[in-house]
Amino acid sequence: MKASPFTAATVQKIATLAHIPITDEEAGELAHGFTTTMDVVDKLGKVDVKGVTPTSQVTGFENVFREDEIDSSRMFTQEQALANGKRTHNGFFVVDQILDE
Amino acid sequence: MNLHRLTLTQAIDKLKKKEISHAELYKDVHDAISEKNTELNIYLALDPEAVSKGEKLLNTPLAGVPIAVKDNFLTPGLETTASSNVLKGFMPPYESTVISRLKKSGGVVVGKTNMDAWAHGSSTETSDFGPTKNPRNPEYLPGGSSGGSAAAVAANLCIAAIGSETAGSIRQPAAWCGVVGLKPTYGRTSRYGVVAMASSTDTPGPIGKTVRDCALVFNHIAGHDPYNASTSTDPVPDLTKQLDGGVKGMKIGLCYVDHHALRGTPAADAVITAGKVFEQLGAVVEPVPVSDEVKPKHMLNPDYAIGVYTVVQRGEVSSNLARYDGVRYGGDRGAFGDEAKRRIMLGTFTLSHGYADKYYVRAQQVRSLIIQNFHELFSHYDVLISPTSPGFAQKLGASTQSPMYGELEDMLLEASSVSGLPGINVPCFRDPATNLYIGLNIMGNLWQEAKVIRAAHAYEQATDWNEWAKKS
Amino acid sequence: MYEPVIGLEIHVELKTKSGMFCGCPADHFAKVPNTGTCPVCLGLPGATPVPNKKAVEWTIMLGLALGSTIAEFSKFDRKHYFYPDLPKGYQISQYDQPLCRGGKIETSFGPVRIHRVHLEEDTGKLQHATVNGEKVTLVDFNRSGVPLVEIVTEADIHSAEAAKEFLKKLHQIVRYLGISDADMEKGSMRLEPNISLRKVGETGLPAYKVEVKNINSFRFAERAIKYEIERHARILDTGVNPAQETRGWDEAKNATVSQRTKEEAADYRYFPEPDIPPMRFTKQYIAAIGSTLPELPDVKRMRFEKTYGLHTADAAQLTDTRALADYYEEAVKVAGTMFTPKDVANWIINKKPDIDTVLPAALIASLKDAKATVAVSADDLSGIISTVLAENAKAVADYKAGKQQSAMFLMGLVRRKLPKADTKVILDALKKELDNT
Repeated sequence: MKASPFTAATVQKIATLAHIPITDEEAGELAHGFTTTMDVVDKLGKVDVKGVTPTSQVTGFENVFREDEIDSSRMFTQEQALANGKRTHNGFFVVDQILDE
Repeated sequence: MNLHRLTLTQAIDKLKKKEISHAELYKDVHDAISEKNTELNIYLALDPEAVSKGEKLLNTPLAGVPIAVKDNFLTPGLETTASSNVLKGFMPPYESTVISRLKKSGGVVVGKTNMDAWAHGSSTETSDFGPTKNPRNPEYLPGGSSGGSAAAVAANLCIAAIGSETAGSIRQPAAWCGVVGLKPTYGRTSRYGVVAMASSTDTPGPIGKTVRDCALVFNHIAGHDPYNASTSTDPVPDLTKQLDGGVKGMKIGLCYVDHHALRGTPAADAVITAGKVFEQLGAVVEPVPVSDEVKPKHMLNPDYAIGVYTVVQRGEVSSNLARYDGVRYGGDRGAFGDEAKRRIMLGTFTLSHGYADKYYVRAQQVRSLIIQNFHELFSHYDVLISPTSPGFAQKLGASTQSPMYGELEDMLLEASSVSGLPGINVPCFRDPATNLYIGLNIMGNLWQEAKVIRAAHAYEQATDWNEWAKKS
Repeated sequence: MYEPVIGLEIHVELKTKSGMFCGCPADHFAKVPNTGTCPVCLGLPGATPVPNKKAVEWTIMLGLALGSTIAEFSKFDRKHYFYPDLPKGYQISQYDQPLCRGGKIETSFGPVRIHRVHLEEDTGKLQHATVNGEKVTLVDFNRSGVPLVEIVTEADIHSAEAAKEFLKKLHQIVRYLGISDADMEKGSMRLEPNISLRKVGETGLPAYKVEVKNINSFRFAERAIKYEIERHARILDTGVNPAQETRGWDEAKNATVSQRTKEEAADYRYFPEPDIPPMRFTKQYIAAIGSTLPELPDVKRMRFEKTYGLHTADAAQLTDTRALADYYEEAVKVAGTMFTPKDVANWIINKKPDIDTVLPAALIASLKDAKATVAVSADDLSGIISTVLAENAKAVADYKAGKQQSAMFLMGLVRRKLPKADTKVILDALKKELDNT
């Protein structure tokens, strides 16, 4: 497991995927830092994990559900829902026009 | 009157006996805040009505004492930013479960404390609102990410505090600030209403002046939350009843002191000495050597945990911070600070097509091995002890020197954190030259906070490192 | 010559009371915007999801109805992409361990295999508007977090007609189970065909496929698929493959149009949802859900054919909905030995009673009345009509000139000679005759 070498270009690609705007200069600096970080991560490559089940949760809990009931105690009024939005109009949140449909 | 120096236990007692009034207590706390907050940069927001809230709560278990709360807990009426410009001005429309419970038991949120932005770090230097300074010595960092809460306790700017830990964020700042910090078992305290960092390890918990204070706060914030599917439905043990259980006959494993980065350091020496204290108290203490592979009665090299934690945490961070798009609240994604950008992007990379198996899945497999390692160790030992941090607090600016600063600071806590284990920091050494502390980390098996508290209290009572302990 | 290769992705909103992961109402249709939200479905900082048990059970129920294998172990995963209607920047969905795998629906064109059925959450809704002269998109999160089942078929469909039949059968099953309104106009059932063409005789999957969205009726699904088949054939004839893309059905243009892609590149970065513990189901638990399954449309239709001696088409019509089928069976019971099940079936098919207001007993009573009227042979009727028309040339001329009332006048004359005959029967025959003269 060798860390893929990060370049400003590969970092920009990741930035696009992550929706993080960065300058080319930042991309260059980040590439350097990522390489350092992934060197540490690459040590995991030395561990024999054959047949080991990955753990994504540690509690061992299973089948945690809620009953199908309305919980009005948590519901917001329209005013509360919109209160922290920067742009709103007639009860809606507003974003720049999406052109896809 | 110096009432701000009271422990939680003392303050409740004196309030209930009417030896002191809320007005007097809050005045001393607020005077201390006025005196020190500008220099130390601990509080981001204060509740001007805290004292009047406290006065109404005399007949509750926590009697209306002022509690400092890390700024990643949602608190309606108090701006909640997680120390990020992205959430500047965010007024939460709902309350985190931990804070609801704290308030119901009579705790009063006196203010919101500084932290590493989004809890990303172990210094409180990545805060978009400037670093917090260590009250023990302001040239030094308080640690993090709950640096503001730990510093608030150390500087007596509150009676007790709430923090959260993902891997070290309660215990490491508690160690550097010379206070007590309890990280409960993952799932013991609700994450509902806590700005998520790494969902599979985030754990709210108390930071206090004494082990007893932490046990008391734990009692009032822990427990099942129907709004958080990872909380345990098991009854919460009353930790204050465990305090005097002692360590006689307890089997204790001494961990990490033989790691190459620790051998011969003040941290290792202090913990070895702590081991001797436990022996004198009747416990059986055995060294648990560091090993490069999982084998019985050995501790896996923490280097692996660093890799696991780096991948898991950044992956979850990249996901948890995807909701900040500036549409419903907060600023847009350009407002993230450098550390958040780094973590989001690295996490995005390790989860992306073609790399997820190589990094993310593999990290989760090694995580399973680490859990097996602890499982085996806890078949021999009641608790494990180690240094909390590899050393004393570092100077301001240290966190900017390495992209792996935080991971190296927390290397001794990451394995237990990715395993969900509970742990506590208690002060175990003070360097008179710098006034800085070394912390002892006591780890227990899942849901075994009781044993952790027993050992921590016994140690605290047997030694003089905690300035508040003998008073309570 | 080409053979269409079509797979379908169908999203069905469950009609649970509450949301997939929170207690907000699942009924979001035509509600005031952003009035049915909470920290969870609005994606606020710190909010954590808890799955709705009924939604999970209903998905398992649908899987059982489709003959799927129900997972003994399943989990939720996060699917990441950025879009303003997706509040968390990820959708909680299922990736590699869906609740149900496999299964099939039989159609007259052959079986269509089910690839998988999984459970996820719906997104908010976008609409376009001009606010203060600026073109913007408005976002309403009432729909966010509504339980959504995704059914994916294998590419076993080879014509627009077959696709339509499959969809109708799936729609019927979902409605039988009572787990969704599956109302396409309201968007509670949404269809996305994947279409490509291969040369007849080839067996592998073509090197491209086109996904079509925005389809809100079976008819449009059929048209869109036909449109695509023709479009692909034309492109393939020139020696190139059609572009792999997502297109939308444009009702006004009666055509599909290319859509901009949502993501720069689809890389959903799935990983197991850390906020929700995984699910494990015992065989007994699955069997218990199976025991609540109603009789499904195909089985019911065959039983109607066998038990009541109905023709396939009539049985199919009467089993169109569970309510109609129940109504029929109730009416058969009321009819007892008075009328045969076939008589009752014909009566319902011809009369099309409003089953919500006409009780089965009332229906049978009306059948009794009708039977009391003399059944007039078609020849008798036509003879009398001819006579009346011949004797009333002026009225006939008036009718031809557009006077509708003349038909009623003529009917009255016929009726006088056949007082017990059914009015509607007379009128139908009369109009037919008038239109033919």
